[in-house]
Amino acid sequence: MLQVGRTAWKTVEWVLLAAVGLVFVFPFLWMFLTAFKTMPEVYQFPPTWWPESWQFENFRIAWSSGPFVTYVMNSILVAGGILILQFLIAVPAAYAFARYRFPGRNLLFGLSLIALMIPSQVIFLPVYVEMSHWGLVNTLWSLILPFGASAFGIFLLRQAFMQVPDEVIEAARLDSASEWKIMWTIMVPMAKPVLVTFGLFSFIYHWNDYFWPLIMTNSDSVRTLPIGISMLKAAEGGKQWNVIMAGNMILVLPILVVFFFAQRHIISAFVYQSK
Amino acid sequence: MHKAVAAPELSGTSNQAAEVPIDWMERLRPYLYVAPAMLFFALFFFFPIGYVIYLSFFDWSLLNLEEMEWVGLGNFTALMAEEDFWQVLGNTLIYTVVTVGLGILLSFMLALWLNRKAKVYGIVQAAVFSPHIVSLVSIAMLWMWLMDPQYGLLNAILEMVGLPGYSWLSDTKSAMVSLILVSIWKGVGYNTLVFIAGMQSIPKDIYEAADLDHSPWWRTLTRITIPMLSPTMFFLLVINTVSSFQVFDTIYIMTQGGPVNSTNMLVFYIYEQGMDFYNGGAASAASVILLAMVGFLTWLHFRLMEKRVHYR
Repeated sequence: MLQVGRTAWKTVEWVLLAAVGLVFVFPFLWMFLTAFKTMPEVYQFPPTWWPESWQFENFRIAWSSGPFVTYVMNSILVAGGILILQFLIAVPAAYAFARYRFPGRNLLFGLSLIALMIPSQVIFLPVYVEMSHWGLVNTLWSLILPFGASAFGIFLLRQAFMQVPDEVIEAARLDSASEWKIMWTIMVPMAKPVLVTFGLFSFIYHWNDYFWPLIMTNSDSVRTLPIGISMLKAAEGGKQWNVIMAGNMILVLPILVVFFFAQRHIISAFVYQSK
Repeated sequence: MHKAVAAPELSGTSNQAAEVPIDWMERLRPYLYVAPAMLFFALFFFFPIGYVIYLSFFDWSLLNLEEMEWVGLGNFTALMAEEDFWQVLGNTLIYTVVTVGLGILLSFMLALWLNRKAKVYGIVQAAVFSPHIVSLVSIAMLWMWLMDPQYGLLNAILEMVGLPGYSWLSDTKSAMVSLILVSIWKGVGYNTLVFIAGMQSIPKDIYEAADLDHSPWWRTLTRITIPMLSPTMFFLLVINTVSSFQVFDTIYIMTQGGPVNSTNMLVFYIYEQGMDFYNGGAASAASVILLAMVGFLTWLHFRLMEKRVHYR
């Protein structure tokens, strides 16, 4: 009796697990399937599940409806540029917070933590005014510079640097290596896992970002992919869902593929902030 | 001359001369290392906070930044007299309370269920988490398509099971519900995994002791799991509230604040006033109000983090 009850419960649980999984995965599958349908098929009710014939044409239409090569290049330049800048700025700061005692250390570290909490949506207006005073509105600089110092990056790297054993640094100092050299050639390689984690977080976050480029740019030459994708709706008359979903896939697919292969890294990158 | 004896490879005078600058360099080094980070924080974070407060006392517009007129608290009194603004505040609060409350409750239950070792739970965890790393632009457009009143999948499913179609984004009552639904769908995975991480850091021996005492599951839940997770809950509460306050992308793409202002919320309001209507005064005053709300939460968060350190 007990055995039967247990198997029944197991089956129910598996069905529920599948249902929960589907609620989160199926919308992406629906995006994928819609992207390959013809217009009449999209407007068929009730809808067909599987496309009757696979329309790769939709991707070509989406891609040629705007300067998508430029958008992709800009997205890579912005997300990559932010990442490099954050790395160059966070490493020395994290090293100082982890390895030196100096007056004002706690105050400065506390200020960085406050920066971790206040989102950019709250202060976009004054930053926009600032950028327009500097003549940087509608340039890639206005998309990169505001994110140059990452409080999260400094915080993560500081933790990693604090875990490097003192003996390693003492040994390097005895070899009369300079502090600058110790930092870049000994500490940074030892913090590699954390750097990968942070890199994934930062790149994904800024690759996806819509708000900031929407505020700061108004011409195609500096727009990023999320803006380009959102403009498909207007460009395609608002209702060509197959083309819009095809465009959407250009933005989503790289992220989902990376997620598939580096799931663990990505989840820990995003969940780390809670610790 | 004594020095020369003590340190034979260096002559006394040059040693003394070299010692002072080296010492200074060592003292300055940490400040030099943190300086670039602090410069960026100052330029793009702390200065803007002060600047927006300053701007909120002026009547100004992005069209002509040279002409600014001092109005004191005029922008704030004007906002307070504006019925639309109260609606915006109310919308933001309703959206936040429902999104955060339901979101945390759902993810807590999911975490209790999915916090298991077998592989299938890991796969479902990853599935639930996946929307969190996808751009809100894609998610907003995908859900617009799913919520299409005539051809969308959601109404097709409702019809299949014999229910009437729902109005989703096209009705003043249902538009807010739709936005909340999308936001919970996107956020629940993150919360669930944070909860699971918290659950896994609870020492196992407490549960073993409870088992030895034959503690029923609900008592283990209310006396051990929930109290031990309270720091995680506070963290999620603050993080989720702050991110609900700043909702923008879904509004901008899916509803543009409508129909009839029913989904207009703070950041969208600030954007509209500042960038579309060129009413810098109203936009900066509303920014200051949002800043105060987020600032209060941040302060609360830090207070609780301090407590947490003592408690550990």
